[in-house]
Amino acid sequence: MYKLLLCWRYLRTRYIALVCIVSVTLGVATMIVVNSVMAGFTHEMQNRLNGMLGDLIFRTRSLDGAFDADAHMAKIRQVAGDSIAGMSPTVHVPALMYLTVGGEVLPRQVTLVGIDEATYASVSEFGDYLQHPANRDQLQFGLRDGGYDVIDHQVDDPADAKPREVMRQAGWGYRRYKAMLSKDRREQEERLKAAAPAAAPAAATAATPETLDPFAAMAAENGVPQGRDFDPAAEQHTGIVLGIGICGYRMPDGSDHFLGLPGDDVKVAFPLAKMPPQITSQQYTVVDFYESKMSEYDTNFAFVPLRALQKDRGMIDPKTGVGKFTSIQIKLKPGADAAVIRDRIQEAFPAQFYQVSTWRDEQGPLLAAVQMETAVLNVLLFMIIAVAGFGILAIFYMIVVEKTRDIGILKSLGASGNGVMGIFLGYGLSLGLVGAGVGAGLGLLFVAKINEIADLLGQITGQPVFDPSVYYFYKIPTIVEPLTVAWIAIGAVAIAVLASVLPARRAARLHPVRALRYE
Amino acid sequence: MSNLPLETPAAPAAPWISPRRVSEAPRATMSRAPRPEHGPVHLGCRGLFKSYRKGALGIPVLQGIDLEVREGEFLAIVGQSGCGKSTLLHLLGTLDQPDDGEVAFEGHRIDNLPAAARDLLRNKHFGMIFQFYHLLPELSTLENILAPALIAESTLGYWRRRSVYRKRASELLDLVGLAHRAKHRPRELSGGEMQRAAIARALLMRPKVLMADEPTGNLDRSTGASVMQTLCELNRREKLTVVMVTHDPWIAGQADRTVQLVEGRIQKS
Repeated sequence: MYKLLLCWRYLRTRYIALVCIVSVTLGVATMIVVNSVMAGFTHEMQNRLNGMLGDLIFRTRSLDGAFDADAHMAKIRQVAGDSIAGMSPTVHVPALMYLTVGGEVLPRQVTLVGIDEATYASVSEFGDYLQHPANRDQLQFGLRDGGYDVIDHQVDDPADAKPREVMRQAGWGYRRYKAMLSKDRREQEERLKAAAPAAAPAAATAATPETLDPFAAMAAENGVPQGRDFDPAAEQHTGIVLGIGICGYRMPDGSDHFLGLPGDDVKVAFPLAKMPPQITSQQYTVVDFYESKMSEYDTNFAFVPLRALQKDRGMIDPKTGVGKFTSIQIKLKPGADAAVIRDRIQEAFPAQFYQVSTWRDEQGPLLAAVQMETAVLNVLLFMIIAVAGFGILAIFYMIVVEKTRDIGILKSLGASGNGVMGIFLGYGLSLGLVGAGVGAGLGLLFVAKINEIADLLGQITGQPVFDPSVYYFYKIPTIVEPLTVAWIAIGAVAIAVLASVLPARRAARLHPVRALRYE
Repeated sequence: MSNLPLETPAAPAAPWISPRRVSEAPRATMSRAPRPEHGPVHLGCRGLFKSYRKGALGIPVLQGIDLEVREGEFLAIVGQSGCGKSTLLHLLGTLDQPDDGEVAFEGHRIDNLPAAARDLLRNKHFGMIFQFYHLLPELSTLENILAPALIAESTLGYWRRRSVYRKRASELLDLVGLAHRAKHRPRELSGGEMQRAAIARALLMRPKVLMADEPTGNLDRSTGASVMQTLCELNRREKLTVVMVTHDPWIAGQADRTVQLVEGRIQKS
């Protein structure tokens, strides 16, 4: 009983000990904040990675792919049918994309992905990231009249997002306007070139180059339809969905700027699926943007219809009409163990030709890096608490010396060594509890108000703490895991108790007579 | 242990006498009365040796002490500073262990008991008071007096019997005249009040032997006299065995018997 009473009295009267637990408090608070933010980032990242990739990826090792996705899917279903929720074949190919901005040609290195509109939504959340509401319901590669999102639909609070006013123009209206401008410009150039005394009618000038064009034969060989002009004001090329980072960029204030819009045409060069290697180029019309908020994807992937890409790369058997694929995205039913099913499928297919991986395998290095960062940060921050432990040890030693006489008195009254030790261990425990408790409270408060604090710090320093142009999130994502908070608090309390063991042992071993005579 | 005045209706209501009244009291009341009716040997030691080490040098303090204290006796151990009288008291009270020799209590050897048993002896059977009072500064007067009970009991046990202990403590507060100081901290008390609180603390568990180490050494003559008055009253009325160490022959004169310690040996009994 006296242990409790004295612990309580020491806690209330020895403020110096409270000072030494400030570092425990700060350590605990920092660890909670760091873990919550890291967990938030990891969660967002995993969501988006998984959303883009599907659960399992079945991939041919050859870039040229393999024939007959349906047969492969049938076999996969045979091997692991009960766990599979959906499958969709795709063709992945590295490509160079050329954007034309104000007469300048900007090349971009992208991965061109041919997707099957009908089934792709069943394996990935790709559709959710599109900018046109109708495309989010059912993707189609035709250009829409308009109605693209001006406010980012993925933001929790629309007030946070900077409106993308330019997206109001996107669509057919924009395409027709651009076509009109270029037609005007072409006509003007031709008028200047002609500079003839008798101006020929426009129809005649259009007809003349057809007969005089020395490249007409070559153009015919390339498969460009001849005899009729492509009218950009009324027609579109094959549709392409670009990552928002490929033709846009975000300013530090969070506003977005675009180098092109849905309605623009882009040229894409990619290798044909044959030997010797050959490069082909195609024109596509941008029909939508997708924004997964993972800059790695948003600046890298461009999606086109599967059948068109197969055709353009020569991946269709001319006799049977069966196309090649390079990968099959697989969505698993909830609760299925991706690693087990991966191994099961891998066993059914020769490993030298096919590779099966989970989305975690795919993004292994990235996820591992994040995990390692979290681990290293935790170790470093725990060091802070350990340092606080030494502070407690030193101050406890001081308190034991100061209380030497009291320890002697207690022993003369019949208190045992263990009892005296219990006072100081209990004191350490109560300091640890107070420190960890206050620290946990502060940390949780900080996490709850982290965006407000970041804004305030940004205002004070003039330097934005959280730069949305880097992260593609508008807010700092946080997830508080109660188990993590509990472990941090338990760790801090344990350190406080451990730090008080030595002083407590010293107190327990004090000789009562010497302690009573201590001056 | 039920022989305290608190439970005896015939006992005086307030045995504590203020220092002023003590100093004015006739000397005859403080003089030693012959007490031949002492009981059997209660506490004793035989061939007690104790020395302190100072580096390689051993400083002998006690050099073969034989002593017997009878039940109900008031024994004073006198001697000059450094003659070993406090050490002897500490050995009798099991606060320290002898190099050689034995200490016995009620016929049983106690110096070689395990630590837990010696803790129990000090808690239940011996009451101790010191020259510097040795109250715990964090606790109030009442809590200081309750300290032996707090040490003896577990949290739950104390909680169950708290009313018994509190009643006992408030009776002792009344006995030593500190009822109005129950909530005060030791630093708010005078020297005499602190020593009276220490006496009350020593009596809480109804000990069989009260050991006092220079109980008046830090008090002025009149305050010291009133403290002595309390000790004498306890000895006479409750038949409490008292072993007191002092260097003051006037204080020692109030005991039944005096033992002179010179250079670690008993000179006369």
